[in-house]
Amino acid sequence: MSEMYDIIIVGGGPAGLSAAHSAVNNGAKKILVLERDREAGGILQQCVHNGFGLHHFKEELTGPGYAQRCYDLIKDCPEVEVLVDTMVLEVRDNKEVIAVNPQRGLMKLQAKTVILTMGCRERTRGAIRIPGYRPAGVYTAGAAQRMVNMEGYIPGRKIVILGSGDIGLIMARRMSLEGCKVQAVLEICPFSNGLTRNIVQCLNDYDIPLYLSHTITGIKGKDRVEGITVSKVDDKMRPIPGTEFDIECDTVLLSVGLIPENEISRELGVELHPRTNGPVVDQHRETSLEGVFAAGNVVHVHDLVDFVSDEAEIAGKYAALTALGKNVKADRDLQVSPGTGVNTCVPQHLRLSSESEAVRLFMRAARPMRKVKLSVTSGEQEVMKKILPVVKPSEMISVEIPAEKVSALSADITVSIEEA
Amino acid sequence: MATEKKVLNCIMCPMGCELTVTIEDGAVTDVTGNTCPRGAKYGRDEIMSPTRMLTTTVRIEGGQLALLPVVSSSVLPKGRILDCARELKKITAKAPVKAGDVIAADILGLGVDIVASRDMAAV
Amino acid sequence: MERQADVVVIGGGITGTAILSELARYDLRCVLVEKEPDIAAGTTKANSAILHAGFDAPTGSFKANMNVKGNELYHELEKELNLDIKWTGSFVAAFDEDGIATLKELKARGEANGVPGLEIWDGDKVRKKEPNLSKDIKAALWAPTAGICWPFGMAQAFAENAVINGAEVLRDCEVTGISVKDGRVEAVETSQGTIKTKYVVNAAGVYADKISAMAGDTSFTIHPRKGEYVLFDKTAQKTMVNGVVFPVPTKTSKGILVCATTHGNVFIGPNAQEIDDKEDLSVTSAGMDEIFAGARKLCPEIPGGAAITEFAGLRAASSTGDFVLGKSKVEGLLQAAGIQSPGLTSAPAIAQYLAEIIVEETGASKRSDYKKGRPEEPVFRELDDEAKAALIAKDGRYGRIICRCETITEGEIVDAINRPCGARTVDGVKRRTRAGMGRCQGGFCGPRVIEIISRELGISVPEVRKDGVDSYMYYEKEGAAE
Repeated sequence: MSEMYDIIIVGGGPAGLSAAHSAVNNGAKKILVLERDREAGGILQQCVHNGFGLHHFKEELTGPGYAQRCYDLIKDCPEVEVLVDTMVLEVRDNKEVIAVNPQRGLMKLQAKTVILTMGCRERTRGAIRIPGYRPAGVYTAGAAQRMVNMEGYIPGRKIVILGSGDIGLIMARRMSLEGCKVQAVLEICPFSNGLTRNIVQCLNDYDIPLYLSHTITGIKGKDRVEGITVSKVDDKMRPIPGTEFDIECDTVLLSVGLIPENEISRELGVELHPRTNGPVVDQHRETSLEGVFAAGNVVHVHDLVDFVSDEAEIAGKYAALTALGKNVKADRDLQVSPGTGVNTCVPQHLRLSSESEAVRLFMRAARPMRKVKLSVTSGEQEVMKKILPVVKPSEMISVEIPAEKVSALSADITVSIEEA
Repeated sequence: MATEKKVLNCIMCPMGCELTVTIEDGAVTDVTGNTCPRGAKYGRDEIMSPTRMLTTTVRIEGGQLALLPVVSSSVLPKGRILDCARELKKITAKAPVKAGDVIAADILGLGVDIVASRDMAAV
Repeated sequence: MERQADVVVIGGGITGTAILSELARYDLRCVLVEKEPDIAAGTTKANSAILHAGFDAPTGSFKANMNVKGNELYHELEKELNLDIKWTGSFVAAFDEDGIATLKELKARGEANGVPGLEIWDGDKVRKKEPNLSKDIKAALWAPTAGICWPFGMAQAFAENAVINGAEVLRDCEVTGISVKDGRVEAVETSQGTIKTKYVVNAAGVYADKISAMAGDTSFTIHPRKGEYVLFDKTAQKTMVNGVVFPVPTKTSKGILVCATTHGNVFIGPNAQEIDDKEDLSVTSAGMDEIFAGARKLCPEIPGGAAITEFAGLRAASSTGDFVLGKSKVEGLLQAAGIQSPGLTSAPAIAQYLAEIIVEETGASKRSDYKKGRPEEPVFRELDDEAKAALIAKDGRYGRIICRCETITEGEIVDAINRPCGARTVDGVKRRTRAGMGRCQGGFCGPRVIEIISRELGISVPEVRKDGVDSYMYYEKEGAAE
């Protein structure tokens, strides 16, 4: 019989580390964090820029700085063991975890609860179907970021970035600081998909043009990228013939979206949501399988790591309570659905009891809007409303329903955003 | 009296508040649209003397990684950011390093230190 | 440096490597030269990966004979060389009476060519085997001997078998000239020096006409015909197909098909465009639209979102309409040219055909120390738990997963690099191990694969290439600062 862990956490990024910390604080005694990379911290280790931590640690930190904070919180806890260089191959529904690493070989580990914190991956060129050759010089922004910030090489000298997601914008500045010339950032949508502050400090500061409603319609160069053809797109995002122009470059970085990394969840049989591409979770971040929790970018892609930590602390707490047998049984299960103007909403349902606590809902708007009313309704009744000056799909919105209102809820919830 | 209004996006935090800065005779007299005092200060500074934090990497010898991420201990003049980045290319740190250790003191005489963003153990 | 050989094979595609492997059975000094950094870099790396039954080509043609013979040979070689083949059978689907008439012609021709087991099935029977096919399909020709394969892996297997039997494979080695004296080949001039030789086998794919002309034989030309493809991830198979489904063929091509791969993915394509540029592997928007439209006729539910990559390949169509095989007017120059479909299926048959000529002329005897097969390739993800544990216990690098999408270990990547005729590029590692072939397309593992290649080959990171001759990937930082 193998050792029994209270919690096994799959992934040692900010979500996994924050979940572990919270689990310790909530009484869990034996926690194992499995991390595939050579050290804990996840993708933050390559995000050397700052802007992290203002919400969660009340201090502005760099990515590695934030990772270190998370790690420092658990590194001396006897309850927590972190195994790096370790890949989870499979999680079984009896909470057996199969993992490998070079030293311990194939491990079959048994836990009372599992928290899935595998993060997300980048959308690739194939998923967006760019015509042209397939030369060297086309990289996802994250892969290039790792090479530049951790391995010490640059992907090229004249760069075009496709997609104005935050990683793309951050890389525009990063490449400029490395002495490279960033020729342009292209965005197929009529609006940027990154944070406004990143447009200002990563593009405007370096005089990098941002072309909205434009995309790459051709890549030149057989062995190595030599240039691209760009076209304007119509309101259905189709290239408009006759609008083509060429940009000389040796590198194309793709920042065209992130997708939760849920292969383990899928094989485990966790229900996934078609819009978030992550597990369907309740307010405790418990998935459709009892005792299996999920938090962070594996549930839905966040724009702020602070919210990842917040969410992971919830998962860590309830995984701990479940492992200790202290979880209060729910007496009702309410659906939470995105209504008008809302694209996604997490959690997707609330499992409530008389002792339920305050619940925070996280939403993404369907499109950019100004002066909006966000309302949370339960059946016919408006539970909460919030007036917001501006909403953008790129910036996650949250609203907290206080405990006393949560305990009174009895009908399914809808969240909607409408322009006032 | 010349009055000018400029619209800026605050970059102090991810909220990205839209600020309206009123400038009268070359001096900032009002900032609106900010959610916090940091926004008001940003609006003022961005007109009068814009500054930025610098984050980059330096080479490190004997560490677990080839590069050490670093950050400026406070803001630098925006116009000198690229100069500082170039200066840091010349520097090689030595492991072990603790987060907050000064890697380059008083960079380019601007009164700001460049410090390590994280610990880096020696191998 | 001057090398001596009995036979120089020009071109490291499926044809060239199959020939090299066949020749390596004999006491002959054989050298294969390939201009790209890796074998199987041309037509072999981007085609439909189908082992055809052999009913398409006109009876009596090289194409028909070699196809049927090659198909038989693969059934034998499969085990010996541990080839990645699935004998799925294939359908040709017809939507109307004209189409059904064509099926009958194909069946008759196939039978004349010696293809066993051909049957015409009605639409319902077809859909019982492939439930996602269009309701509009009235009938289909069923060919049970057809299969799908991993063409790169087959070229790799042939090359490895040849190398362990003493053959030499020179990559990054471009042929610049062929010396002919008194009507007989004498030497091959390459970017890596002169190779004196008695025989030259021209398996140069789309460049076979150029190579032939270097020796003075201009009796044929090669016209590249481009085909574009879209590859889908493994989730697509349940709404698409498990085997091979063609539409009724046209004059120039077998049409846009829907086809499973041996790795559990599905692809659609190819279209067919006559082009001039022998390096044109670009994919086009129009081509993508054409492929999707064509494939949807066969299989209406094509999940566009599951597309992981698109690519293009070139078919080396000859001016004769058939394969150009055997002796040429230049003594010692043997042709294996114009090898378009069904070239992949035909390769082992072509190899035997050409080897026989050389063996007969030289009287070469069988190699006494001939080694069958090739070194074992550990595939971590396919092992059971005990075998995985044992492998890691033997070599810890099998416990380090580099490619998380396909579960590929560092051990497998190191093996791929250090094998006979091993990988030297990122795509070479990908083709041998599948690292980087999954959902993230190398986003996570790319940097680590580069690091491993750099370490194992003793080259710097900026010297690591993606695929082609000048496909360098990353640069030193200092250079950028200037």
